[in-house]
Amino acid sequence: MIEIKNLAVNLGTFLLEDINLSIEPGEYFIILGPTGAGKTILLESIAGLHPIKSGEIWLNGREVTKLEAEKRGIGFVYQDYALFPHLSVKGNLLFGLKQKRRSKGERQLIVEWVTGLLGVSHLLERNPSTLSGGERQKVALARALSISPQVLLLDEPLSALDPHAREGVQQELRQIHHRLKATIVHVTHDFEEAIALGDRIAVLGEGRILQVGTPEQIFRQPNSEFVARFAMSRNIFAGEVRDADDGHATITIEGMKLDVVTELRGKLHASLRPEDILISQEPLRSSARNCLRGTITHINDRGSTLYLTVSTPLDFICLLTRRSFEEMGLRVGEEVHVTFKASAIHVF
Amino acid sequence: MVAQIWRQIAARRLTITFLLLGLIILLFIFVPLLKMIFSSSPSLLFDTLLEGEVRSAIWLTLYTALLATAVGLLLGVPLAYFLARHRFPGKRFVEALIDVPIVVPHTAAGVALLFVFGQNFLAGKAFHSIGIDFVSAVPGIVIAMLFVSVPFLIDSAKQGFEKVDVRLEKVARTLGASPWQAFFRVSLPLCWRSIFAGSVMMWARGISEFGAVLILAYHPMIAPILVYERLEEYGLDYALPVASLLIIICLLIFIGLRSIAYRGERA
Repeated sequence: MIEIKNLAVNLGTFLLEDINLSIEPGEYFIILGPTGAGKTILLESIAGLHPIKSGEIWLNGREVTKLEAEKRGIGFVYQDYALFPHLSVKGNLLFGLKQKRRSKGERQLIVEWVTGLLGVSHLLERNPSTLSGGERQKVALARALSISPQVLLLDEPLSALDPHAREGVQQELRQIHHRLKATIVHVTHDFEEAIALGDRIAVLGEGRILQVGTPEQIFRQPNSEFVARFAMSRNIFAGEVRDADDGHATITIEGMKLDVVTELRGKLHASLRPEDILISQEPLRSSARNCLRGTITHINDRGSTLYLTVSTPLDFICLLTRRSFEEMGLRVGEEVHVTFKASAIHVF
Repeated sequence: MVAQIWRQIAARRLTITFLLLGLIILLFIFVPLLKMIFSSSPSLLFDTLLEGEVRSAIWLTLYTALLATAVGLLLGVPLAYFLARHRFPGKRFVEALIDVPIVVPHTAAGVALLFVFGQNFLAGKAFHSIGIDFVSAVPGIVIAMLFVSVPFLIDSAKQGFEKVDVRLEKVARTLGASPWQAFFRVSLPLCWRSIFAGSVMMWARGISEFGAVLILAYHPMIAPILVYERLEEYGLDYALPVASLLIIICLLIFIGLRSIAYRGERA
């Protein structure tokens, strides 16, 4: 579907090079990297909006490296929506259709279809400046879909949204992908977002692609210090969320049940920050819902802080200050308790 | 009580000081203008307006300035867009160069233009061969006005284009627009207010030009030169009504056009 061969792009201060990617038809592909890694430029290069230094880009078996942006048939959505402020929502949606000289009847049908798909039919006459962030992003998605693109490129589509709107748009993205069998390339700096949405993830850093794999592969077997640091900042687990007897929810991870606070149900992911875990030598009597016994299997000394791996046997990475660590006199092999609140677990 | 009022005044010392200083400059602008307008009786102004020489001078001023603005739009807006979208070595220098006509004495600007567009010089000769002469002719007035007033349009348009997010043009490209279509359907409609405001400034600056026009084309006579001539030949009493008329017409046009620009802004 999309083949990128030996792509090199000049980013002014550094070079993005050796980019080789093969994205399958209908795949939800994530490019994950920190801010300033050149993700947006890479996406713009694929769309023909940024000049490349060398390499080839193939779309559906056709080389498009030198093709003008307007002839590539690629839908593009920017982080802060980039809706045309001088046009109404309807004007925004009609822009591409008029450009492609569709007949009036056809335009009408397509606008009805995309607005129905994204649930923005009621916004047609509104001015973009009067819309909420979530509404704008849906309109931007609808506009990109209006030209029936071969590929949808999304540049941090969720980053500018508040958590509530983010969940809504994330849901829309899953649906679009599912219903349209659309090929989507989505760039983000958010590890959880990548895991929640991606069929496969490419990690971009230090000017190149560091690892490509399924979400599981990326967070279970990071192949470099850079990827590991990305993955290390959170404990990430795959599990299943069910209703508990008391009306609350539990997530079962590798046979171990943890209390969580969420409305979501089903096969999902959970993350827990290392700094949200308490370590104690005796079991803690506290309001926190989750308290597990485990063994310290690894200590990663970072100077003023330390990362301990506690196997319960599920591995938890916990953050400790040096002072607490020394006062407790912890060693590898020692038995400890890990305690964390149900609300500290983020389900996604 | 008194102490309280005094404290309030003290708390707003900065605001009050600045307001007083500002008032001085406002009076400095308004008093001469108003005094001149009101020192000519309405009937005298009307009689002056009926004079053929005055009418044709005012008319000539308005439409040569308009022509200069049209040329400015055609050649200046593309440059403004280019400068807003591209970075290149020496860009600062080019930008400074554009503003030079604002800071040089306008009589000097007129002499400089004469050295290029006079009949003995390169551009002058070339244009002469196709029947356009600049010295003591309407085209001369137009280029004199163009030279001194086009920086206002270029600067305003450039600032307008800089405010248009490049990504809007990029999105337009992905939706099937060529670079030309993206410019005419996205950038230009989003920037029109800055271009319009710049055009109004340019036109107004053109209407008020004296020095450069004086050097290049004393005749046919534009209104500012007519004011000068009447003052020189007949004295203040004869210059006054023409000057007042010119100021009233400029004010009316300026207020009208500005209100159009601002109405657009509120919408």
